[in-house]
Amino acid sequence: MKPIITLENVGKQYRIRPARASYETFRDALTEMTIGRLRRRQQDTRATEIFWALREINLRIAPGDVLGIIGRNGAGKSTLLKLISRITEPTTGRIELFGRVGSLLEVGTGFHPELTGRENVYLSGAILGMTRAEINRKFDEIVAFSEIEKFIDVPVKWYSSGMYVRLAFSVAAHVDPEILILDEVLSVGDAHFQFKSFKKLESIRNEGRTILFVSHNMQSVIRLCKRVILLSSGNLIADGPAHEIASQYLSSRVRSAAERTWDDINSAPGDDVARLIAVRVRTDDGAITDVVDIRKSVAIEMEYEILTGGEPLAPNVHVFNEDGVYLFVTGDRSTQPKQAGRYKSTVCIPGNFLAEGTISINVALSSPAAIRFNEHDVVTFQVVDTLEGNSARGNYTGPMPGVVRPLLNWTTSYTPALSTPVISLEDVSV
Amino acid sequence: MLVPTPNSSSSQTENLPILPADRHVVIEPRKRWRLLDIRELWAYRELLYFLIWRDLKIRYKQAVFGIGWVVVQPLMLTLIFTVFLGKLARVPSSGGPYALFVLSGLVIWSFFSGALITSSISLTTNAHLITKVYFPRAIIPLAAIGARFVDFLISFVILIAVLIYYRVPITGSILLLPVPLVIALLLLTGLGLLLSAVNVKYRDIGVVIPVLIQLWMFLSPIIYPVALVPARFRILYAFNPLVGIIESFRASILSQAWNGAALAIAAGITLVILLISSSVFRKMEAAFADNV
Repeated sequence: MKPIITLENVGKQYRIRPARASYETFRDALTEMTIGRLRRRQQDTRATEIFWALREINLRIAPGDVLGIIGRNGAGKSTLLKLISRITEPTTGRIELFGRVGSLLEVGTGFHPELTGRENVYLSGAILGMTRAEINRKFDEIVAFSEIEKFIDVPVKWYSSGMYVRLAFSVAAHVDPEILILDEVLSVGDAHFQFKSFKKLESIRNEGRTILFVSHNMQSVIRLCKRVILLSSGNLIADGPAHEIASQYLSSRVRSAAERTWDDINSAPGDDVARLIAVRVRTDDGAITDVVDIRKSVAIEMEYEILTGGEPLAPNVHVFNEDGVYLFVTGDRSTQPKQAGRYKSTVCIPGNFLAEGTISINVALSSPAAIRFNEHDVVTFQVVDTLEGNSARGNYTGPMPGVVRPLLNWTTSYTPALSTPVISLEDVSV
Repeated sequence: MLVPTPNSSSSQTENLPILPADRHVVIEPRKRWRLLDIRELWAYRELLYFLIWRDLKIRYKQAVFGIGWVVVQPLMLTLIFTVFLGKLARVPSSGGPYALFVLSGLVIWSFFSGALITSSISLTTNAHLITKVYFPRAIIPLAAIGARFVDFLISFVILIAVLIYYRVPITGSILLLPVPLVIALLLLTGLGLLLSAVNVKYRDIGVVIPVLIQLWMFLSPIIYPVALVPARFRILYAFNPLVGIIESFRASILSQAWNGAALAIAAGITLVILLISSSVFRKMEAAFADNV
């Protein structure tokens, strides 16, 4: 089939001039034209650094494809979206598109705080490419989706940030282009609205629209996209089924949020009795990771030094999800007084227990008498379901509520239905 | 058990959207010089309307006195110039009361200068749009000019009211009013495109323009008539396109003699500026999102 989007050898180059403002002045230009011309050759190599944000990208996207674009910060994901949205032009190569492109590179493009919700729906809608007739037609639907009917005639500067993003996303979600380009827009609003937004995107996908989707949330990428491309330093390094590319990317990630260490004992969390040295998240095979397969267990390891021995100090770990819900606390139950020295305590959270999403850990060391340290958000990790069918989801891939995701055993008993119902006389008499 | 044979791909493709050939877009690095794409601008006319509407709405929501400023400003300036230049310095008019002469000049001048200043910085003040969504970039300076044109229409109504107050007969010559107005709009389009594009890269424009505007005002027949310019400099003087525009604007509302030569020069200069600036704009617009 003929692709709806074709990229041939697309490259985008930026020039970075260190120690200079992002714009030039006439004086610079005049200097350049006169004396600068004489030494341009040496000057240019020294002053200007050439940087390729994207290099030789070849890509064919079929109509109805939902393509996920993943990669680290600075890998070129946003540049790719900007090129396909026609916001900026490629330095090399060629992009061919068929159809109207709607790009949502941020939530609230074109919103103005002085204008009311109603006025902003029209303004933002027009900027995103809707006609006035189209906005008139969809206006009620947009407002209903955003759930701010009561405040639609209030200037948006009085809105809470939640109301603002709800209205802004709602406008964007109703643009209805043939090609929809999304950059991290799903991460807005509260859990309820995120769920609703995701449902909306799924329905856009099911209408057969072509979607290009950038996200750092692997879960959304896996759930929404069939095909994923992985970018690294401007190069397209992998292209394939979503869960394969996602796990390739996740395993290549440097540990970042998964380990925290304090090199200087004097400034580390704690007091003169005990101080925290390090906290790590490890997979079941011991590797430090910030991404955990939902089916596998994960170990939280804390290292600490007891400076003054004798207190029955117990390490404990507090587990929160991304909405700040306190999932549980677990502590070492031993009440033996601890001697001075260095300790390493590890607790293992079983697989098939945490729900998908970002988990944040607090660690503390306490005795009945005192809390020696209680450090918030020390490490975080993502729990990811690769949708291979053997997690608690089974073969269901839609949004799944709940703060835990246990894999439980079900028993179902079965009694064959009788072809004719038998009604006893006693039942009738009751 | 019967296994259904998989459907041929033809039934599947029916559900997929048909590629709209009329929305075929090719994105490539620009090599040739091109003029503005009028057809594309026309397709985005509603966006132009909404941006003009936004500009007016915000400007008048934020000012306590609202739309009244558009009326009061030229009237106040007229009073000042009439007292100091007309009465004290005895500057002549081109015929009729000096107050009318200066008000008519100021009405078109405040439109022109206001539109020039706002359009020249319009791309940088709308950077948040340029980096987030595609539309023909020329819409932005055009919207800035359009919003000032609405202001002009309001102050024009006041001008007509003043004419009636002074019992100045309105003759058929007012039918020629669109000629200087169209030339003024085209000249503004040309200058607005050029300056806004250059201002993306060289921010000095936004600083220099208000200063140059002051100079331009004294080089134009706003507070003094062309008759005060020595005859041997008149042709050179008319190379300021505002000479032709302002003179014809006045001639049409005050039923005075037309300076056809000055208007022709203004039209010619406008055309040249428009051609140069629209191709410069097209050349530079590719990098707006990267530089703004």
